[in-house]
Amino acid sequence: MSAGNMKIECPRAWVFGDDIDTDVIAPSAYMMAPVETMAPHCLETLDAAFASSVGPGDAFVAGENLGIGSSREQAPQALMLLGIQVIVAKSFARIFYRNALNLGLPALVCPAAGSIRGGDALAIDPLAGTIENRTTGETLACEPLPQHLMAMVADGGLLAHLEKRLRAGA
Amino acid sequence: MTMTLAEKIIARAAGEARVRPGDIVTCRVDLAMMHDSGGPRRIKPMLERIGAEVWDLSKVVIITDHFVHERDADSVAIQKTTREWVAAQGLGNFHDAEGICHIVLPERGYLRPGMFVVGGDSHSTTGGAYGCLMIGIGSTEMAGVLATGEIWVRVPPTVRVQAAGRLGAGVAAKDIMLMLCRRIGISGANYKAVEYAGPAVDAMPMSERMVLTNMAAELGAKAGIIAPDAVTADALAEAGVAATGTDGWRGDDGAAYERTIAFDADDLAPQVAAPHSPENSAPVDAHAGTPVDQAYIGACTGAKLEDLRMAALILHGRKTAVPLFVAPASVRTAEAAAGDGTMAALEEAGARILPSGCGACIGLGPAALGAEKVGISTTSRNFKGRMGAVTSATYLASPYTVAATAIAGRIADPREFLADATP
Repeated sequence: MSAGNMKIECPRAWVFGDDIDTDVIAPSAYMMAPVETMAPHCLETLDAAFASSVGPGDAFVAGENLGIGSSREQAPQALMLLGIQVIVAKSFARIFYRNALNLGLPALVCPAAGSIRGGDALAIDPLAGTIENRTTGETLACEPLPQHLMAMVADGGLLAHLEKRLRAGA
Repeated sequence: MTMTLAEKIIARAAGEARVRPGDIVTCRVDLAMMHDSGGPRRIKPMLERIGAEVWDLSKVVIITDHFVHERDADSVAIQKTTREWVAAQGLGNFHDAEGICHIVLPERGYLRPGMFVVGGDSHSTTGGAYGCLMIGIGSTEMAGVLATGEIWVRVPPTVRVQAAGRLGAGVAAKDIMLMLCRRIGISGANYKAVEYAGPAVDAMPMSERMVLTNMAAELGAKAGIIAPDAVTADALAEAGVAATGTDGWRGDDGAAYERTIAFDADDLAPQVAAPHSPENSAPVDAHAGTPVDQAYIGACTGAKLEDLRMAALILHGRKTAVPLFVAPASVRTAEAAAGDGTMAALEEAGARILPSGCGACIGLGPAALGAEKVGISTTSRNFKGRMGAVTSATYLASPYTVAATAIAGRIADPREFLADATP
């Protein structure tokens, strides 16, 4: 994907509430195991069917303070492994937000995210800061992702971005 | 042009004369701390992938604390990876199973006022009790810091917590934090720096100040910070830090705080947070009498020497009615507690002493809660399933309240036990 022109098409939204914490997204019990082992347990205490039902390209939508708790990177990683390609929330806990972007997972702050329903199809433009709800026809404003962050996300995250930088500098 | 303490430290690390909240700046990192969970097992393959070397080994500290006492194959493999990477790098600042990273780091004299520090753990805010700015980051971000020595940050606005008066007997810093979690919520200081000040903070020993900065994480804060003073200087001297001078590392008079939260410590009662969030707190009366299956005194939040002494004050000469597990925050903590009689008082009351490490706070070890079990704990988080089975439930409280509850077998006000102790 290129940073300049990107619209993310999401077949389905998965909608959760406020204060979804990292212990729920990435349960401590599986912290020692590879993230592949943890991912099937992602959010199981809130929705036992989530991990087995979520599909490639889906959007993860939550309320306020998404990702409160631990710095564990397995939280956004588990969501990515299950197919989530973008996360949208009214607000984020800061470490979770940075982790997501650093892993190349676009994270959008959308105060109006509450109008998105489970199963809605979304078309998201991170640079323009718009979320088009293809199911309802509604367009929601979100905070545009700054160009320098989107460039990193488009490269595939911080490591890929650094790799490019180090190569360029070498 | 005035700046808060947090702004001053960021400006210094960024090489700027002045920064304002909202500015995005790149900071040079003075110190980077990792543990075994987010450390080498995750960052080694990342550094190899991008072909980067560690920018400055003298500024990196690794402290194992998460999977140090488990004997399963995964834990053993993680520790092996950690030790091999440390050896291959020739990293000198390595503390293996000597205690919890947030406690060992200042205990060994790594922190000093004015530093800009990153830690690979959300409770990295703890370090701010020493007058430095310490923020928590994830593993990929840490790999970036190790490769470049830099990190970009958005300058946080500072929230001032102004604590008047003085905490009463049987009331601790933990009670302040549980009250604040309720008052402003667990996202109440999201992205912000929280600076604690006022007579009640001035009167606190360093270990109590560390509870305030530790649980800034439970307010969502980027950092918790306390301006250094004579207490800080004494703690630094005790950690073997040569006199560095604490002067100058304080907010300017008239600096702009986004908000001031004022309260009177004189009026504060012991607090208890009910499952499954630290903000679900109330004065102890609201939960008094609730039966618990076990009690835990542990973690970076609640098992320093001062915490163990609080528990011992309540437990001395009494017996626990339910199992009480105590995991001292560090090996040095355990040694000091053994030396001053604290440990003996705990053990005589029936406490079972566990090795130092994160333990039950992350659902590991003998004190992890089983299915349907209810625990009370001096730790910082009671999110669903964190301390064990997904059907378990955890109440959070101070070491005083956890000790009183262990004696009663149900949630109890520790002040009743203090009244007994000193008629």
